[in-house]
Amino acid sequence: MRRGISVAALVGVLALTATACGGDSDGGAGDGSKAASDPSSVSGTITWWDTSDATNEAPTFKKLVADFEKKYPKIKVNYVNVPFDQAQQKFKTAASSNQGAPDVLRSDVGWTAGFAQLGYLKDLTGTPALDKTDDFLEGPLKNAAYQGKTYGVPQVTDTLGLLYNKELFRKAGIDKPPTNWKEVKEAAEKIKDKTGTAGIGLNPDSYYSLPFLYGENSDMVDVEKKKITISDAASRKGIETAVDLVKSGAAPKPAGTDGYNNLKTDFKNGKLAMLIDGPWATKEIFGGEAYKAKDNLGIAAVPAGSTGTAGAPVGGHNLVVYAGTKNFDASYLFAKFMTEAAQQETASTTIGVLPTRKSAYTKAVLSDPVRDAYYRALDKAHPRPAIPQGGDLFTDWLQHYTKILTLKEDPKAGLDATAKAWKSALLKDYAIQE
Amino acid sequence: MTTAVSETGSPPEGQVRRPGLLTRARRSFDTHWYAWAMVLPVVVVLTVLVGYPLGRGIYLSFTDANEANIGRTIGVNHIPSTYQFVGLDNYWKVLSGQEGHFYSRLTWTVVWTASCVFLHYTIGLGLALLLNRKMRFRSLYRVLLILPWAVPAFVATFSWRLIFNEKYGVLNAFLAKLGAGPVDWLGDETLQKLSAVAVNVWLGVPFMMVAILGGLQSIPAELHEAAEMDGATPWQRFRHVTLPGLRPVSGTVILLGVIWTFNMFQVIYLLIGQGASSESEILVTYSYRLAFQGVRDYAGSATYGILILSLLLVFAVFYRRMLSRQESVR
Repeated sequence: MRRGISVAALVGVLALTATACGGDSDGGAGDGSKAASDPSSVSGTITWWDTSDATNEAPTFKKLVADFEKKYPKIKVNYVNVPFDQAQQKFKTAASSNQGAPDVLRSDVGWTAGFAQLGYLKDLTGTPALDKTDDFLEGPLKNAAYQGKTYGVPQVTDTLGLLYNKELFRKAGIDKPPTNWKEVKEAAEKIKDKTGTAGIGLNPDSYYSLPFLYGENSDMVDVEKKKITISDAASRKGIETAVDLVKSGAAPKPAGTDGYNNLKTDFKNGKLAMLIDGPWATKEIFGGEAYKAKDNLGIAAVPAGSTGTAGAPVGGHNLVVYAGTKNFDASYLFAKFMTEAAQQETASTTIGVLPTRKSAYTKAVLSDPVRDAYYRALDKAHPRPAIPQGGDLFTDWLQHYTKILTLKEDPKAGLDATAKAWKSALLKDYAIQE
Repeated sequence: MTTAVSETGSPPEGQVRRPGLLTRARRSFDTHWYAWAMVLPVVVVLTVLVGYPLGRGIYLSFTDANEANIGRTIGVNHIPSTYQFVGLDNYWKVLSGQEGHFYSRLTWTVVWTASCVFLHYTIGLGLALLLNRKMRFRSLYRVLLILPWAVPAFVATFSWRLIFNEKYGVLNAFLAKLGAGPVDWLGDETLQKLSAVAVNVWLGVPFMMVAILGGLQSIPAELHEAAEMDGATPWQRFRHVTLPGLRPVSGTVILLGVIWTFNMFQVIYLLIGQGASSESEILVTYSYRLAFQGVRDYAGSATYGILILSLLLVFAVFYRRMLSRQESVR
C-alpha cells in the first residue's frame, strides 16, 4: 500500500535524522560484561521511549532519568515521551527498518512476546538488566517471558478490580461488595430499587471480558494444548453471564462507540454504582463529584464466576532492550536502575502505579487504600497467554464482544466467529475446542 | 479534432493544428530547457518518494511477505528472508472471495462514494446558486459556508464524534428535548454508515460550493439575458444555460470528489473507531488495518492498495472518456 510504505519511509528518514547520533559502540555481543563488572566505566548515549501519560506520569519518570544520569554521569539518556496508543506501531516501524528505534522501550506486557518473536528484542536472561529476579511478582515476570527466555524487565503492573460507590451501597442497605456475578446482579437490582441508580458498568472492550472467562476457569486460548478455547462451553457460559447482566438491566447497555468513556463519566458522577476497571482509571474517578470524599470509592477483587474462581488479567509494562542497540551495557544499566525497588517506590507513591517487586511494597506504598486494594487484587490476577499473537487476539475479539454486549449479536455466533478469525489469521496451527 | 498531423510545417491559417509529439517536445526543450533543469530535482524526489514505493508495492503484492518472514538483521538477531513469490495468488484470493471481505467492502465503498459525492454536488450546487445572487452580506455568508473546509478533517471528525455520543452528545440532548429516546448513532451498523456520510457531506460541501460558484461566475450574463428574452422559464434557464455552462467545472470536481471520497480515510477511521466497526470499513481503512495491525501483512495490504489504485484508474479513464464524448456531441 502506497500510503503505508511512504509513511513508513518518511518516519524512518525522520527518525534517522533525529537519532543519527548513536552511543559509543561497545559490547557488540550484548553480554553486558562491562555493565556487570565495572558499571561506572560505561559511557554513551541511549534513547528511551517512555509511553507513560505525558501530563500525569512523565514528570516523575523524567526525574528518575535525571537520578540515573547523576548516578552514571558518563551515560546520557535521551528521554522521548511517545503516546501509548502509537508506541507499538511506531516501534515496529522503526525496528523493522532498523532505523531510529530506541535503545530501551517501555513496552506493554501484551506487546512483549510479539516483539520478541519478530526478533526486535534482546533476550535479557542472565544479563545485568534482570537483577534479583526472585524479588519480582510472579505474574509480571511471566508476562515478560517468551519461550523460556525473559525479554523484559517488569516496571509496573496492574490488574482489574471492582470499583464501587460506598454511599450508594449504604443507601441500598448492602454492607459488603459482591464477590461473584450473581451477587453483583442482586446488588444492582437492590440499588436500582432503592436509589434509582444504574448498577454495574461493563466496558464493551475485549480486555474487560477476561474476568468473565477466567471466572469459568477458561481463557481465550490454551497455549500448551494448542487450542482455541474462546468458543468452548465454559467461555460461552462466562460471556453469557455478562450478556445476562445487560439483558436483566443490572448493567446499562453500553454504547458501541465511546461506551467506556460514558461509563466512566457516569461512575464518577454517581450515576452508576459499580465499575470494573484498573488503577489507571482512579485518578480520573477521583476528579468526579461523587468522590470528592476519596474514601467513598471502594475497591474489591473482580467478582467470581459460577466455578467460584475469580480472575483478572495482569497488565502493566516492561522495559525492553532493542536488539539493534549500539550500547547494550548502558541499556542494561538503565533498565536495571529504573526497575529497582527504590525507583518503583518513588513512582508508586507519586503517581500511584503498582510496583512489580515484592520489596517495593513498603508501608508508604501500601498506606494508600487504592494501591493496597489493587495489591490484594493482584492475588487473583492471571497472566495472559505469552504468545506473540497475544495482543492481536484482542482485535478480532473486540469487534464481536462489542456486538455481543450491545445485544447485536448472539454470544455463540460471536464466539464462534472470533475463534474462526483467529484460526484463519493468527493461530493457524491451533485447534478449535468445541 | 482527430485530423492527421504532419511532423513539420506551420499550421494553415484559421485552423488549429498541433505538431507532432517529438517536435513539440524538442521545441519545448529548446525554449524551456532551464525550466526542465529546475524541475529535475522535483522529478528525482518524486521518483524516489512515489515511484519507488509504488514499484515496491506492486512487487510485494505478488509475494507472501509479512513482518515475520521478511529478512532483517537487528543488532544481535538475524532473521533470514523466507517470503516467496506467489504470483497472482493474493489477487486470486481477494477477487474470488476466499479472503472474504472484499466484495462487501467494495459494495459499501461504492455506496459511500456515490452517496457522498451526490450529496456534495447537489448541496454545493444549491448553495452556490444562492450565493451567486446579489444580496446583502454575501461575502459574510461565503466565509461562513467555507468554514467547515478550513477545519482539519480529524478535528472535525472528533467534534462530530462528541456530537453523536449516545449519552452526552448534543444531538441526543436535542432529541431528548423533543421527547425522543437516545439513539446510539455510532453503535448500530446502519446508523454508523449514515453518520459517516453526514459528517463527510458536512466536510465536503464547501469545496464543491466554492468550485461551482467559480463556474457560475464564468457563465456570461448575456446567455441568461438572451434566454430570458426568448421567454425561457427559470427552470429552462437552469437546465439549458447554467448546467451546460458548469460542465467543465463539474466534470473535474466530481472526478476529484470521487477519488477523495473513495479514499476518505479519516472520517471512517476516526469517527467509528478502530475496532468495533468491521462492516463500516471502506477498502482503504481495511488496507490500513492489514498493514498496521498485528503482524503486518505487507502482501495483503499491497494487494488491496493496488486494487484500489486500479479501480480508481479505470473509473477515471472511463469518466474522462464519457465527458469528452459528451463534449464532442455538443
